[in-house]
Amino acid sequence: MPRVLLKVETAGPLTTIQDGGRPGYRRYGVPPSGPVDRLGFAAAQARVGNGRGDPALEISHGGLRLSCVEGEVGFALGGSGFIGAVGLAKVNSGILRAGMTLSITQNGQGNWAYLALGGQLQTRRWLGSAATHALAELGGGRVAAGRILEVMTPDGQVAASSQNRAETPSKISEVRIILGPQERFFPDSAVNALCCEPFAASARFDRMGMVLDGPALVPNSLDMLSEPAVRGALQVNGTGQLTMLLADHQTTGGYPKIAVVIGPDIDRVAQLSPGSPIRFVSISAGQAVAIARKNRAEKEAYLASLRDVSSLAERLMNRNLVDGMVDGLTDGSADTGPADLT
Amino acid sequence: MTEAPNIRPLGDGALLIEFGDTIDAVIHDQVMAWDAALAENPPQGMLESVPAYASLMVAYDNALTDLEQLSSQIRTAAKLAQTAALSPAEHCIPVCYEGEGAPDLGAVAERLGMTSDDVVAQHLAGSYEVYMYGFAPGYAYLGGVPDAVQLPRKAEPVRGHKVGSVMIAGGQCLITTLPMPTGWWVIGHSPAVILDPDGPRPFLFQPGDRVHFERIEGE
Repeated sequence: MPRVLLKVETAGPLTTIQDGGRPGYRRYGVPPSGPVDRLGFAAAQARVGNGRGDPALEISHGGLRLSCVEGEVGFALGGSGFIGAVGLAKVNSGILRAGMTLSITQNGQGNWAYLALGGQLQTRRWLGSAATHALAELGGGRVAAGRILEVMTPDGQVAASSQNRAETPSKISEVRIILGPQERFFPDSAVNALCCEPFAASARFDRMGMVLDGPALVPNSLDMLSEPAVRGALQVNGTGQLTMLLADHQTTGGYPKIAVVIGPDIDRVAQLSPGSPIRFVSISAGQAVAIARKNRAEKEAYLASLRDVSSLAERLMNRNLVDGMVDGLTDGSADTGPADLT
Repeated sequence: MTEAPNIRPLGDGALLIEFGDTIDAVIHDQVMAWDAALAENPPQGMLESVPAYASLMVAYDNALTDLEQLSSQIRTAAKLAQTAALSPAEHCIPVCYEGEGAPDLGAVAERLGMTSDDVVAQHLAGSYEVYMYGFAPGYAYLGGVPDAVQLPRKAEPVRGHKVGSVMIAGGQCLITTLPMPTGWWVIGHSPAVILDPDGPRPFLFQPGDRVHFERIEGE
């Protein structure tokens, strides 16, 4: 298999390797980790023909700049809030060849982006997964300046999606929650405020959680035993500040969780830029399951459509590689130029 | 396992079974018994279970089951397993209570009005149980610190303790696996490896295991 070497020139502090995650170890204090925006990650992987469990790079504040040292590899960006550039051309997917540099910078419309590289990114694994637990630095690990990334690409083809348009789902403003399990630690006024008052995303986030601004929801008591926590839990500290737990959440916590954001909404809240307004709407666990099932079906259809486009692009790409030129190909909505500038 | 515990939703992919609200060996035995029952007969759609002091979380795939169906299957599994006897493993963990590895031992002794040797003797006399893992990989929370050496945690977390620090707060004891800031009192250091990331057995303890400490001289 051909080898590709990429050198990390600069990387923001939250840049890590992630894959589908490491479920099943929460009883040992290990959260599932994996991408903060799971759909953005899966979309980038689909566009280069990778599986959704393969490793890719997660990017946040500070962006990422890497140069191709050897070989050539297809890439695609997923997630929200970032844009790629090779030279002067803005690109969200294409082929990176030796001598080219890809810069990924923030454009303010989201917090987390994914760089998928067509093939197998070679990386350390822990408990069967390359997902990085940022706090412990276990798994694939942080991606810092100077690191050399190695990708083994499939023989005879460089997969690259021609779909150059960044998929940015609409911003979420109405966030569905299931109350509890520790709402009894709060006065009725706090539970009412949660469901009636406006809240907003903040700039205080990392892979463990995001602080949400809004009225203080001060608990009656903090005298609570540590209980298991999940991604999406709205944990409240002693001053009444709300934090939504994310991919690297602590597996147990002694702060009460007033409610939990439903699965389909968590990652979309995590992508909100600071100051974006939200309101919480309380629904039942039964309603939430029905929504989750519908959402799952929609996601699968969306990802399948990306894979189809990707494989068509691949076929055309392989033909076009003969004369080294790649056209706009299949996606009429592409709003940026072709990535392949050699 | 005669009382019916509360089962509450924890979002759309997990539920929480609540057995009580205190750190108590009897309550925790119940948690572990239900945990074992579910491991023996996993209900459809169950992904994992996470025992804590007085509660058990069950994560599920909501494409395969829902709160109502899973709750009912969990109660059935628990009833079936009522006679299951737990046989926890026992561990002897060496601790050095001297020098740099025991930065807070003097302060703990002073606060409790006893000598450092008294604190060590009390800590060694405790009989500990692994109540749960929590917070971060390999952080095993042990209950069983004798009343005589129970102290509330410090007002502010302190950084810079090395991995393997043996620390106490209230009735809890923990051996660190990562260099994290902590408000707990570090009274010793253990060469025991609780988290061995790349080893064949990454986590030394199972929840429910019993632990006692053994004093060693300078490591």
